Amino acid sequence: MREKREKRIAYVVLTIIAVIFALPLAWIVLASLDKNASLAVSMPDLTGENFKEVLTNTANLRSFLNGLLISLGAATIVIILSTLAAYALSRYEMKHKKMFMLSMLFMTSLPITTVMVPVFKVFVSFGLYDNLFGIVLFMAASGMPYAIWMMKNFMDAVPLSFEEAAWVDGSSRFRGIIRVVLPLMLPGIFTVGIYTFSGCWGNFFVPFILLSTSEKYPASIMLYQFFGQHSVAYGTLAAYSAIYALPSVILYVITQKWMSQGFSMGGGDKG
Amino acid sequence: MRKKGSSLSKFGYLLPAIVLMALFFVWPIILTIYFSFTNLALTGSAAANFRFIGVENYAKMFSDSSVKVSLVTTIFFVVFSVVGQTILGFTIAYLMKAKNKIFRRIVGAIVLAGWVMPETVAAICAYTFMTDKGTLNEILGLFGIGMVSWLFKYPLLSVILANIWHGTAFSMMVYQSALDNVPEDVMESAKMDGAGKLQTLFGVTIPIIKDTVLTNTMLITLSTLGTFGMVYTMTGTTVQTLPIFMYMRAFKNYELGYGTAISMLVLLIGAVFSIFYVKIQGKDMDK
Repeated sequence: MREKREKRIAYVVLTIIAVIFALPLAWIVLASLDKNASLAVSMPDLTGENFKEVLTNTANLRSFLNGLLISLGAATIVIILSTLAAYALSRYEMKHKKMFMLSMLFMTSLPITTVMVPVFKVFVSFGLYDNLFGIVLFMAASGMPYAIWMMKNFMDAVPLSFEEAAWVDGSSRFRGIIRVVLPLMLPGIFTVGIYTFSGCWGNFFVPFILLSTSEKYPASIMLYQFFGQHSVAYGTLAAYSAIYALPSVILYVITQKWMSQGFSMGGGDKG
Repeated sequence: MRKKGSSLSKFGYLLPAIVLMALFFVWPIILTIYFSFTNLALTGSAAANFRFIGVENYAKMFSDSSVKVSLVTTIFFVVFSVVGQTILGFTIAYLMKAKNKIFRRIVGAIVLAGWVMPETVAAICAYTFMTDKGTLNEILGLFGIGMVSWLFKYPLLSVILANIWHGTAFSMMVYQSALDNVPEDVMESAKMDGAGKLQTLFGVTIPIIKDTVLTNTMLITLSTLGTFGMVYTMTGTTVQTLPIFMYMRAFKNYELGYGTAISMLVLLIGAVFSIFYVKIQGKDMDK
């Protein structure tokens, strides 16, 4: 009897929490489809105009493209460099390996926000300020410690014997990596790639500090500018937000496939 | 093991990653320390006379009352966000145990959705929810409660609530997997001994997952400490947490040197938590 009542209370409490959590999100969904969207959640006067307006605006499309460029660029660099680094850390004896791994972990957890003032200064001196490629490099560098940490764990799980078999067949070490290690590393590569991509796609502060030309703004900054205008069309704002959030949602759902073995600690999302 | 390749080649694999991190990550951290002892500025006479000024920035910082205000604001923001996310995340994870699978999926997905959103989108969601004509006031209106200007009257509370909403899913996931790993027989034997639900929770479950609680607390503290976009999008420069304050001094007042001294403060607080985190995680590495 008591068990049953406790269970019922749990269901009620969870439902209330879920409703409260859902309300702020409901606004995006409902307002984006509403002809007369306001700031509060309300039943929409259905229309597809908001989405059409966002997707036919060149400046908007360019911001998505910039975001894509930054995120894909950084993810590509991170994947290549962290795979190579993880290979060395996993396969060779090294004197200060533990120290190195611990400093990677240390760097993973430091808030990026704190280094942005000197980064800005460095970028200005090197002519990388207001340069998309500069952003790609910085994003890749700041994503590297966590990527190396994850990639090494994935690499440790690939048995050495497979590789040795390839060497016996006459492969060089490098060919062994390409032919044997990489195919087995695919889940790790995808996980690290998606994680880096999502981190860059959602990042606000880095492009906010390092870019000044509006043509170079990625979606995060564009959305902020859009939101800050005096007369905001709420329906369009919601539609833009929805489109911008979509890749993050889709990629998250995809990673669940690989992470379904249990959520691994470490990293977390950084602002 | 057959030896392949020279001992130099192992550094060849590591080198590109190290160079990239050194240039764009480690070097700026070193510069942070250096610039904080200079009068680095973007404009004005100081810009032309870049020089070393010793601990002047730090002396200024410790006598600057707005730094104190900002530090207190940051502590409030971080402590309440972390406590809120921890309690809420744990509660959801705990209550979800042994519940209907579809129900769990739906509740989990809703909580996760707020976490997966990019920071700016989450901030806009929270803003529209709490603004004067927003959903929250509409709902309160149904109960006869008049409009409250949450964002203007209680900006700090607003960003804390928004941050809890945005971040809880992380703690929920962490505690879900921790609770799943608590051995069933330990719980059973506590029950046999006549321990109540709450007694079991505080006497058995929480001590078992103690390490997870610590690690999770470190991680969310660190990510909350660096939060900028969420606070800035919702309230502009009204809520002056240290990152916002740093941004204002460095980029609005063009005092880069002073800005980096403030960065150093955040960096040092962050480093303390990071070291704790590395210590806890490092323990597992020896196994």
